[in-house]
Amino acid sequence: MTGDPLFLDGVDLADIGIMAAKVLIAFTFLLVATMFMVWFERKLISDMQNRIGPNVAGPWGLLQTFADGVKFFFKEDLRPENADPLVFRLAPYIAAVTAFLSFAVVPIGGSFGGGSSGTVTIFGRETYLQVADPPIGILLLLAMSSIAVYGVMLAGWASGSKYPLIGSVRASAQAISYEAALGMATVVVVILAGTLSTHGIVAAQSGGITRWFVVSSGIVPFIVFLIAATAELNRPPFDLVEAEQELVGGFHTEYSSIRFALFFLAEFMNVITMSAIMVTLFFGGPAGPILFGMTWFWPTIWFLLKVLAFLFVFVWFRATLPRLRYDQLMHLGWKLLIPLILFWLMFISLKELRAAHDWNWFATYGAAFVALAIGTSLLLAGLRAGDRAFQDELEEA
Amino acid sequence: MGYLDGFKVTFMKLFEERVTTEYPKEKRPKPPRFHGRHVLNRYEDGMEKCIGCELCAGVCPAKCIYVRGADNSESDPVSPGERYGYVYEINYLRCIHCDLCVEACPTEAITESKLFEFSFANRSDAIYTKNELVVGDDGLPQRQPWELWHEGDDLATSGWMRATASAGNPDYQNRVGWSGELGYGTRSPEIGQHDLAKDEKSEMPPEEHDQSEDLH
Repeated sequence: MTGDPLFLDGVDLADIGIMAAKVLIAFTFLLVATMFMVWFERKLISDMQNRIGPNVAGPWGLLQTFADGVKFFFKEDLRPENADPLVFRLAPYIAAVTAFLSFAVVPIGGSFGGGSSGTVTIFGRETYLQVADPPIGILLLLAMSSIAVYGVMLAGWASGSKYPLIGSVRASAQAISYEAALGMATVVVVILAGTLSTHGIVAAQSGGITRWFVVSSGIVPFIVFLIAATAELNRPPFDLVEAEQELVGGFHTEYSSIRFALFFLAEFMNVITMSAIMVTLFFGGPAGPILFGMTWFWPTIWFLLKVLAFLFVFVWFRATLPRLRYDQLMHLGWKLLIPLILFWLMFISLKELRAAHDWNWFATYGAAFVALAIGTSLLLAGLRAGDRAFQDELEEA
Repeated sequence: MGYLDGFKVTFMKLFEERVTTEYPKEKRPKPPRFHGRHVLNRYEDGMEKCIGCELCAGVCPAKCIYVRGADNSESDPVSPGERYGYVYEINYLRCIHCDLCVEACPTEAITESKLFEFSFANRSDAIYTKNELVVGDDGLPQRQPWELWHEGDDLATSGWMRATASAGNPDYQNRVGWSGELGYGTRSPEIGQHDLAKDEKSEMPPEEHDQSEDLH
């Protein structure tokens, strides 16, 4: 993987122009997509609840988000007296900027099958259909989703108010817990693809559905990733961060006006980005049949359709699942997802190692089975001891 | 499927009918005995029914009615009897639409219409005076500028009174127990409280408004 071919022969003005256009398009696309995501969510959730949903602003209420945005701009911007002025102002931008940055490494188009390496030709220059393809693309994604937690945490901390503080403490604990599972599910994909670049990962999945990592890694990493991503996004059923019944609005209780809008934007943008990442990691990115004409056009359509499917799934989650209790959340994260994905990771690594070094099948899997059995029993013993201690604590209380 | 059954439930909801009524655009039919704002009825010859007895003001739990009676002049009487309502005011900032005034009224002068969508911006609009409450020459309520009317809302002005006029006494069933009204004449009797109301003015379809069960 050599990175974007646009810069291979030096950088001239046209390259910079193409780059700027890509940035602008990605930025606009993400903003518009977020706008419609909010609409889509509201409409779909009301469909699932036998309601109508927004239908006044624009056709089918399409402009509702736009109207809300305009309203936010003109509302009074309040800051509590106890709030830390600098951090209080900074936090929404951290949330919004990281949400934008993560999307930069997602390939949103380009044909990968049949020898072509996912490039498109714009003005006679070959380039990837993604804003940037750093060799450490996946790490960038993980880093951004970690930094986004700072936005939430600092917002709660700087508000100088108790409910936001509790909300943000919950958020950070939750994000740390689920980032482990999320990261390890990503590592499975990285091991299979042999590269950290998102473009490389998509290229490794080209050539049919069986090559998609959702299939070739077994379905488990995808499911773990989906659950962990839902938790990472603070979406229902893991939206304890902003549990209205307990915490008023959660970390953004004290925010109003455009600063609240930034959080709102970041939240929905992260949903889109996370869906795009799942498509990239597990569903072959823009891969799909090219039906007729316009070969550069179809991969993007497939990509968008796949992302839309995930957006639907997230809304579906919200409509269906009740919110978890906090100890259930921690239980699911630490005692179920992390051990599961840990074992799966070891299994996949072993499989790849065996294939690479041509080890004996029986010896490899026999040893693995023994090791896994020991590990599982130790883990279960530990979990049981932990549960007992927890029960004792409950009885004492 | 255990845990996943819920997903099927929410998914199937996508194809179900919506329960929302888009209120200002479409309106559900009101129950036949809906309590809206009051009207002061008149006899068929145009005389006012109100005799200024102040029973409505006395029974009003919200103390929102103010009545003063006066003697009719012999040359130009307002009501057929000796006295008439000289001042009649209802404060809709206080009225709770309990309809006790309608029950108290000995002459069926005050009844409630189905009109309820009014939004006044000052106190003097909220206090309806006699001029605003008395029905017009066609027997229909007078429309105030701050009231939102929909078609047919103004037609049923005395449903509740007509239903309770016989006080549940079977002797009075199917018998007209009230005087004629301007614009309507003598209204046809309802079938009686102990049976399903089949009132031509009732906009509610009978199967949705089956009161027979909870009345027995």
